[in-house]
Amino acid sequence: MSLPPKDSLAAMAVTRFGLGARPGEIARVAADPQGWLKAQVRAEAAPVPLNPVGLPFPDSRARLADFATYRAAEKAAGADLDRRRSSGEMFRQGIAAEMLGRISVATTTDAPFAERWVLFWSNHFTVSTRKSQELDAVAASFEREAIRPHVFGRFETLLIASCHHPAMLLYLDQPSSLGPNSRAGLRRTAGLNENLAREIMELHTLGVNAGYTQADVTEFARVLTGWSVGRRDQPAEIAGGFMYRPNLHEPGARTVFGHAYPAGDEDQALRVLADLAASGKTATHLATKLATHFVSDTPDPRLVRRLAEAYRDSRGDLAVLAHTLIEAPEAWIETAAKVKTPYELLVSAYRAVDQAPRDYGREVNGPLNLLGQRPLSAPQPNGWSDRAADWAAPDALVKRLQWAQGFAASYANQVDPVQLATDALGTRLRPLTLATLQRAESRKEALAVLLMSPEFQRR
Amino acid sequence: MTHPLSRRTALRMSLGLGLTVSFLGTEAMAADRRSPKLVVIICRGAMDGLSVSPPSHDPAYLDLRGAIAIPPDKALALDSDFGLHPKLATIQRLALAGQARIAPAVAWPLHIRSHFEAQDLLETGADKLYGVQTGWLNRAVQALSEDRSARAIAVAPQAPLILQGPAAYDTWSPGAPFNPAGSRLASILQDLYQPDPVLGPAFASGLAVEHEAMALNANAPALKANDARDFATAAARFLAAPGGPAIAVISLDGFDTHANQGAAEGQLANRLAGLDDVLAGLEKGLGSDWAQTAVVVATEFGRTAHVNGTGGTDHGTASTLILAGGAIKGGGIIGDWPGLGSGQLFENRDTAPTLDMRRVFKTLIVEHLGVDRHLADTRVFPESHDAGLISGLV
Repeated sequence: MSLPPKDSLAAMAVTRFGLGARPGEIARVAADPQGWLKAQVRAEAAPVPLNPVGLPFPDSRARLADFATYRAAEKAAGADLDRRRSSGEMFRQGIAAEMLGRISVATTTDAPFAERWVLFWSNHFTVSTRKSQELDAVAASFEREAIRPHVFGRFETLLIASCHHPAMLLYLDQPSSLGPNSRAGLRRTAGLNENLAREIMELHTLGVNAGYTQADVTEFARVLTGWSVGRRDQPAEIAGGFMYRPNLHEPGARTVFGHAYPAGDEDQALRVLADLAASGKTATHLATKLATHFVSDTPDPRLVRRLAEAYRDSRGDLAVLAHTLIEAPEAWIETAAKVKTPYELLVSAYRAVDQAPRDYGREVNGPLNLLGQRPLSAPQPNGWSDRAADWAAPDALVKRLQWAQGFAASYANQVDPVQLATDALGTRLRPLTLATLQRAESRKEALAVLLMSPEFQRR
Repeated sequence: MTHPLSRRTALRMSLGLGLTVSFLGTEAMAADRRSPKLVVIICRGAMDGLSVSPPSHDPAYLDLRGAIAIPPDKALALDSDFGLHPKLATIQRLALAGQARIAPAVAWPLHIRSHFEAQDLLETGADKLYGVQTGWLNRAVQALSEDRSARAIAVAPQAPLILQGPAAYDTWSPGAPFNPAGSRLASILQDLYQPDPVLGPAFASGLAVEHEAMALNANAPALKANDARDFATAAARFLAAPGGPAIAVISLDGFDTHANQGAAEGQLANRLAGLDDVLAGLEKGLGSDWAQTAVVVATEFGRTAHVNGTGGTDHGTASTLILAGGAIKGGGIIGDWPGLGSGQLFENRDTAPTLDMRRVFKTLIVEHLGVDRHLADTRVFPESHDAGLISGLV
């Protein structure tokens, strides 16, 4: 399989593997598009977003401490709905600031492939505010603390970071899952919660048709008992963070998915997670998801095989996996088979006009809500859809058109739409689209046509 | 047993069977089928049947459910054996008027406890996993179109799997009004999209629906955000319009109540209040067409009969399915009640299934919509000859 010419590769590198071109970006990477992508495979390329004055956001411990205070205030407020609303406002403002920080990185970064790689893993390990108000407090910190630092490390490390994070533990109901024969379990009639155990196996590691059974899920849930979140009355270094509670742990040896595990404490689950991460089923599951995300809903089986082998040979090294994807000829098919998610569309539009959104409600939350992808609120633990047709549904396209008109009204004044289109799409810009842009009756109409053109909507 | 012997118990005892279907036997009456409507509501996340229709007189219920049991004095009366969740007042009103019924122990024939696989089955209509890529409602539309045209619409920006496939479908969701007829941009884009096999047809369909929405909602007040009732009313106007779609799909999510499920109030109660509002909105928006409408509310599987360690319930097997609408015939529960006593639970943990969910769906598409029976058995629900129709539903 031979690769397309360099200028085509450059347009693909920036749009398919990146977040859409900023002016001049395609030209800058044309000398070595694959080298440009590979140079982004390093931890520093996925920086942790900062607040508007350049300071770190509060960590999840601080957020959960605030939440405890909020809960107490809510209780004190009783039926006083107004006070309750104002305390809830704190978390909405927190999410707004975090998401604005995140989209500022996405719209300005020179390493957009690293940012896409982060987006992929954030969606793989979904946490969602649809669960509860507690998630409003910690969902945004999850990506900063559990995902970004590990996206180019080993998958096992990323998996453990996700399972240790209070957002994931709370999202999948782990903190109070109780071993029936644990010290606490013998005193009360409470028990296991298998939610986290099941989703780790089904979504995060092995994949749904890997051959594990209900007995494996229940057994893994027993192993995970004790993995919890420190309450506010714990010492500061534990409160609001991961806490292992030996009192909740189901004692005894376990067998999960064919592997035997001797009795243990917190380490018992770490050993199961290590084996799940090392499984060939996990390699295939992750390889299929990556190929589907970056290239096509029906990826070339050779690409999936290549990625799965790279995962196995490197013992789950995600940097090796990224390099393999970039080097795979099957990843560079000429057809732009995927449709951008609403978030990718929004980010690529701002990159095209070389701007960043300033008003979170009006420019980010409102549009993403309208387009079906409200930040941090995936409907289910399997995250946002990665299927092209799901995002290109009839009503969704009309909503995209309405958004594009609004965006063009705000940003068309300073731009030359024909130059902008060439900069944004490179060789992917079709003659028909170019001719349509040249015939447009206004800058505003031309920019809206560009944003809505099939080649801008696809990647 | 302290409660009166019900029809169903009597039927089960007389037949000596674990699995029976109520009202089996007679052919359905030919109803007025000039334009039958079907609304499918999918409650995602595994809706807890034991809270939707608490079996108030099952002696094991209160013990199994403890703090999350729906207290008998709070449940809305349905019949001598079952109540309804206190938030389901519309459904109770309809049931008492002979326009709603429950099937309390329904499941797909293949029992799995993954949300996503089970939703795939419910939506593809397949008897096994990964065999079918299109939705059964899409194939039902195809089957209907062989003798008359039918349209389907998803009330969401994106179509769920149940509606995906070769037959064209529409999607619509509330948003700012948009008049495609006055939009130069829309017509420019149609030219640009023309060669694109996905974007082209989708965009054309989106514009057509938007055009229709403009006309239908011209005199209606603007929708309020998060108002389930108004949302459903607006959606129902499509169905009620002359030449409008015959089929609509609505997805509701958030039913995965592993922790702090609540009882008469709480997390699940809030979701059920939303579901009840959707039913009320549909009834209102459909107006006189409600008389020829069947609404089916289904979920991918039920939840454990026991409470788990965290005030919630885990993934189970059978759950409650709800039928409503003027086209639904009144009557008792559909299918049998398996009981919650020791030895009666499925795998000693879940409500045991007594009725194949496909039989309800199939009855609706054959007897209500008029899909050919052979196509229903082979194409809409592949390999489903064994799943027979249920008489007396519509």
